[in-house]
Amino acid sequence: MIDDIVHFFEPYIYLIVGGVKAIIIAVALTAVVPGLVWLERRLMGRFQVRLGPNRVGPFGLGQPISDSIKLLFKESIIQSSADKFLFHLAPAIVVFTAILSFAVIPITQPFEIFGQTIGPWIANIDSGILFIFAISGMGIYGKVIAGLSSNSKYSLMGGLRSSAQMISYELTLGIAALSIIVMTGSLNLVDMVKSQEAVPFILVQPLAFLLFFIAGVAETNRAPFDLPEAEQELVAGFHTEYTGMKFAMFFMGEYINMVTMSSLVTLLFLGGWNTYILPQNALTGFLAFAFKVLFLLCFFIWLRSTFPRIRYDRLMTFGWKFLLPIAIFNLLLTSALKVL
Amino acid sequence: MELLIFYPIGTLCVFLALGVVLNKSPIGSAMCLIGMMLGLAAVFAIQHAHFIAILQVIIYAGAIMVLFMFVIMLLNLKGDDTVWKTREGNTLLTGLGAVLVVGILYKMTEITGGGEFDSPTPIQETFGTTVKVGTTLFTDFVLPFEVASILLLAAMIGAVVLAKSKMDD
Repeated sequence: MIDDIVHFFEPYIYLIVGGVKAIIIAVALTAVVPGLVWLERRLMGRFQVRLGPNRVGPFGLGQPISDSIKLLFKESIIQSSADKFLFHLAPAIVVFTAILSFAVIPITQPFEIFGQTIGPWIANIDSGILFIFAISGMGIYGKVIAGLSSNSKYSLMGGLRSSAQMISYELTLGIAALSIIVMTGSLNLVDMVKSQEAVPFILVQPLAFLLFFIAGVAETNRAPFDLPEAEQELVAGFHTEYTGMKFAMFFMGEYINMVTMSSLVTLLFLGGWNTYILPQNALTGFLAFAFKVLFLLCFFIWLRSTFPRIRYDRLMTFGWKFLLPIAIFNLLLTSALKVL
Repeated sequence: MELLIFYPIGTLCVFLALGVVLNKSPIGSAMCLIGMMLGLAAVFAIQHAHFIAILQVIIYAGAIMVLFMFVIMLLNLKGDDTVWKTREGNTLLTGLGAVLVVGILYKMTEITGGGEFDSPTPIQETFGTTVKVGTTLFTDFVLPFEVASILLLAAMIGAVVLAKSKMDD
């Protein structure tokens, strides 16, 4: 009986496994967002010598849940002058691209279950890192469209700034990643992690790591590069006119992008699922990966509470005249050493 | 299986391409164009050309279309603006467009009618992979590649010089 069922489903097993993995990743990513909001608020409280949320549940753990319920039941307001279709489309694009780009990220080493080797990724494509860049490039449209369709000057300025900033820093991000690609000779993220079995690339390429991380903070629009949503100048930037759940979706997108960026830094520079001295198997590999990502996420929050927001023209000068030349120099040096 | 994916995507692409031309608002046109580029990327992906598909998304749908959106945002064009009326009235452009369409259609029927496509040769496994694209670009097509990059560089410097002289005035 069971054999019959197994036999019937055998040709479709890769579809089923892929679908299950996709659902797990999508659910886990959306579930991680409230936790991350809680972590950020608690940590920010500590950094600023105050308590942070502590009323709802133990350690304020119920706060993000009650916040989500509030946002879900809030009235959704659309001003009459907005383009309705695009106004609804924008937050969907932001969340969709944020979740999609996680599809190629391997969270631990491949393992066996019921005699089937399962790769802990949704898709292991040859040019995985380019896929992430391509999809995060699509994410810009969510912000641009939000700015355009709101029909408000603050939103328009926020959208304009956001797209300009993301285009500028994407270059540095790509070129910093290129030096790692030159070293591994592959665009595949799994190969990249495998080539770090002996030593993580942060020790070999410290400059590339620094450039990639700075550009990554700018790319996710986090402080001190959160110009698109500078509260003092733009009210809230591209999502000024959004309310309720649609507003929350922009935040979901931002936090998921943070997780993806931290995962990418982990894979490229911190050795991904490699545990180094500790015993290496699928479980410890996942724990090592999760620990590194969590550390980077805390680093993001630490940066936010340490640095003031920089001025817009300085942000652009910094990106184009400082980071980009260094990144190109680093790439040239790496390529020269590789050839020699 | 491939056809099962190709037909809906192909149909969608045609409709989106029509949407680019027929849409009243510039934002709508740009959105349709982005959608069509993504559809084309999907067609490449069906042909196992993952690298080309991703390049299509990064370069066309990502980089170039963002600049289009940028211009639309800076000019703040709206659908009901009177600026957006080139389609009606300009007989010369309409005529040239018609000649172009007829020419393309003629060439297409000539190629597809020649019997060359009745027995298509299967695509090689390596078609469109990173290695294949790289080696082709840097061996067979290295001269056109370099000429194109010099042309682009010259155009970029020209644009900067033009913009700068205007700013200094």
